[in-house]
Amino acid sequence: MTEPARIRNFCIIAHIDHGKSTLADRLLEATGAIDARNMRAQMLDTMDLERERGITIKANSVSIRYTPPGGQEHLLNLIDTPGHVDFSYEVSRSLAACEGALLLVDASQGIEAQTLANAYLAIESGLEIIPVINKIDLPAADPVRVAKELAGILGGSPDDIIAVSAKTGAGIAEMLDAIVEKLPPPEGDPEAPLRALVFDSYYDTYRGVVCHVRVVDGELETGDELRFMATSMLADADEIGVHLPASRVVKKLHNGEVGFLITGIKEIDLIRVGDTVTSAANGANRALPGYNEPKPMVYSGIFPIDGDDFERLRDALERLRLNDSSLMYRAETSRALGFGFRVGFLGLLHMEIVRERLEREYDLDLVTTAPSVQYEASTSDGRILKVSSPQDLPDRAVLESIAEPFVKVMIITPSEYVGTVMELVQQRRGEMGEMTYLSPTRVELHYQIPLGEIVYDFFDQLKSRTKGYASMDYEPAGYRTSELVRVDVLLNDVAVDAFSTIVHRDKAYSYGRQMATRLRGLIPRQLFDVPIQAAIGGRIIARETIKAKRKDVTAKCYGGDITRKRKLLERQKEGKKRMKMVGAVEVPQEAFVSALRIDE
Amino acid sequence: MPAPDSIELADQAARWRSAYVHIPFCRRRCPYCDFAVVAPGDPHTDDPADLTKRYLAALHTEIDTQPAWEPLDAVNLGGGTPSSIGAAAIGEVIEHLDSRFGIALGAEVSIEANPEDVTADLVEGLLAAGVNRVSIGVQSFDDEVLRFLGRAHTSLEAAAALEMCVPHFACGVDLIFGAPGESLESWRSTVATALAAFPQHLSAYALTVETGTELWQAVRKGAAAPDPDDQADKYELLQAAAGAANLVQYEVSNYARPGFSCRYNLSTWGQGEYLGFGLGAHGHRAGVRSRNVRSVLAYLKALESGHLPEAGRETTAEPEVERLMLGIRRSCGVDLGEWEDAAARHAGLQRLVAAGVIEMARGRLRVLRPLLADDVAATVLSLSR
Repeated sequence: MTEPARIRNFCIIAHIDHGKSTLADRLLEATGAIDARNMRAQMLDTMDLERERGITIKANSVSIRYTPPGGQEHLLNLIDTPGHVDFSYEVSRSLAACEGALLLVDASQGIEAQTLANAYLAIESGLEIIPVINKIDLPAADPVRVAKELAGILGGSPDDIIAVSAKTGAGIAEMLDAIVEKLPPPEGDPEAPLRALVFDSYYDTYRGVVCHVRVVDGELETGDELRFMATSMLADADEIGVHLPASRVVKKLHNGEVGFLITGIKEIDLIRVGDTVTSAANGANRALPGYNEPKPMVYSGIFPIDGDDFERLRDALERLRLNDSSLMYRAETSRALGFGFRVGFLGLLHMEIVRERLEREYDLDLVTTAPSVQYEASTSDGRILKVSSPQDLPDRAVLESIAEPFVKVMIITPSEYVGTVMELVQQRRGEMGEMTYLSPTRVELHYQIPLGEIVYDFFDQLKSRTKGYASMDYEPAGYRTSELVRVDVLLNDVAVDAFSTIVHRDKAYSYGRQMATRLRGLIPRQLFDVPIQAAIGGRIIARETIKAKRKDVTAKCYGGDITRKRKLLERQKEGKKRMKMVGAVEVPQEAFVSALRIDE
Repeated sequence: MPAPDSIELADQAARWRSAYVHIPFCRRRCPYCDFAVVAPGDPHTDDPADLTKRYLAALHTEIDTQPAWEPLDAVNLGGGTPSSIGAAAIGEVIEHLDSRFGIALGAEVSIEANPEDVTADLVEGLLAAGVNRVSIGVQSFDDEVLRFLGRAHTSLEAAAALEMCVPHFACGVDLIFGAPGESLESWRSTVATALAAFPQHLSAYALTVETGTELWQAVRKGAAAPDPDDQADKYELLQAAAGAANLVQYEVSNYARPGFSCRYNLSTWGQGEYLGFGLGAHGHRAGVRSRNVRSVLAYLKALESGHLPEAGRETTAEPEVERLMLGIRRSCGVDLGEWEDAAARHAGLQRLVAAGVIEMARGRLRVLRPLLADDVAATVLSLSR
């Protein structure tokens, strides 16, 4: 065992692209945890999607043995954290397993909004912060300016900030020493009953649920009979181990240590990330401080194109949820789309990732409806209903008012873009709050904005209007009553619930018109004229017509080339399969999401 | 004599044996054409006379490689421009097919000809060679449209060619409609002129933008593309005019007087068997569809070194589904056979019935709106087990 005084549990807080995964790779290499021969870029990003997109979705952990010059061997447990605004819940779980954090900032970019938000979160959680400036090898690097900025935010002197290049390895040794010297060792009582925090879990086809745990008190030993405190579930510690980064089985994990735990539990929902593991007999009385329950910010309907795939979709969601406890869903029925699920996501990226994984890993053809937030509808009989799907909005006769969620948004941008950012925020019904200069050229802006106005494309817009320089973070700021209406869309005179959206009254008219025009372009011509109408209540506010298809036949088949003709027709048949029948109209998948992508 | 659109004729056609012979040479490459064509300026065309000689020699070699068969009910020389090699060379090919397989009594022996090639000498030569059917590549009687299509002839030459051929052959007019810039009036006039020549057969194809052609490149760079609605208007105009002139529509793109429907065409859509000779030619024999290489050099090299010029072959998957997919092109429709119950239950086909696109009665599926035949065919393909 490693005595707690020689253990450091830490995470790296960084913005996407600021080089966290490369830095982790370099740490593994510098400490000999993995030799250059076996190195593949971004060791910690194990999911294909993570590597493809260059982001971390799942928290991962790795234990590194490091002996500082002239000192004793230490065990450094690096707990990886996701780097996207959607995954702040995952960040909070990782933080709870650490005593310290490296705050990694790109020397050419400066600190980004979300990194700052996570840094504040870490400070609030009592973590010791080591600021590190990365990418000092870049020609555009300005470590002096960035160091000043960091010192301004965190306190201390700019001269104390470590400058590294994860690419070349410069400064890595200094950083390792700082981890040992500045971060506190884990506390906790080795004699107390076992308390271990489950900070992540994933599903392994052969071994069932694998939990990542941090032992806080006592010790966890192979063969122990365990109790999961939140669920009172009993299980055995079948196997315990550490990631070095290759898995190595150990007999025990002591207080302060981090590792994995396999209990033979295979059922999907039984293990809750954030739970505390204790001994079945004479266990701890109190669980470790709980996590925030993840709260979905965005909801969307997911429906199989082929109604027969409903059960497969249910199984796939169950499996995904094992790896992703933030995923929430319930069955939903749509008149237009049949049986499916209403799924809650942490944000749009999360939604995109889930959809992509469902389609890719489970081979499902899906329709995803436009994302919505959760509204609160007050009815004349005094009830307040949570409405996460526009079709659930009560009838206008009993609907008194609708409240929508607001968020506090923090945006950091170069000062030259302040005007364009303000313009964007005003279009989204945002209210200006504080404005702080981080440095003469960088500004931190605060707003209150309806969540519904930012879930869709706000982030993309912000990026494109600031040439990619602005960054943002947001947190919930309660509900407020707004003048909201539901815009319905009628296809071939039948209301299509999947196209209904709740929008602000002032925007409803232009929204309806755009929607009708957009759909006309997205839905292919059918065997008959298809009218598209947008309506508020019973009132039609826009109308377009998709003219009937008149010609769908190819010219003669060249020299008797039936094989090619059949191939073309087979492709046409496959295209038809990817269409969803809505009443008598064939609607392509893309129409359900693209139609709602409204231009400014 | 069975009517061109009769079930009886369609059933006969399924049993006919035909041969297709591809003559790839053209004076120029039309901007919309994606057929296997050899035109001046292509590689290896610096000595055209020699190339033609080598090609014909290779073609004769290929005819000899094919196992013996029953006598042919139809022989069709297509291209390219078959008329460009002259009547004597055409006669040699026909004679060779006759000696190798036999050509049945009353068989259709047909060639495609471009108007600029048609002379009194050619007509005489073709008659002597045993040709009894000629399709003239008129395309349009509007000189501006002909220019857009990159054709080498004028409308006057086309009219003259028809005048020479109609009395001697089962003579067909081939038209292309819906080129960008062709007005409805222009097309109306083309149709009227074509019908006034009193042809026995008429084919009309909508101009299609085929990948890799000059037209495709131009459209990609922003040139006007054919408009499907405009083409639908023109298609319907022809249907009405041809009907009034007693030409019977027997297939999506083909019209004939009784006794003059094209056997090769009916056989193709009747899933009949045919041999394919020449560059890029396709064959269908004993459930196998084969295709020849499209590069003239590869074709020559193969045959000159004793190999088959085949580029690939497939055994037909689910031949019964293929039979339906092909058969719906004909006006008389297709016998549903064992699919009758499945078709009646099929939601996609039911929708097509409801929309008046097809009819299913007395065990047959018939397309009532041939302009939507591909939609029907794609739906039919999903009938597979």
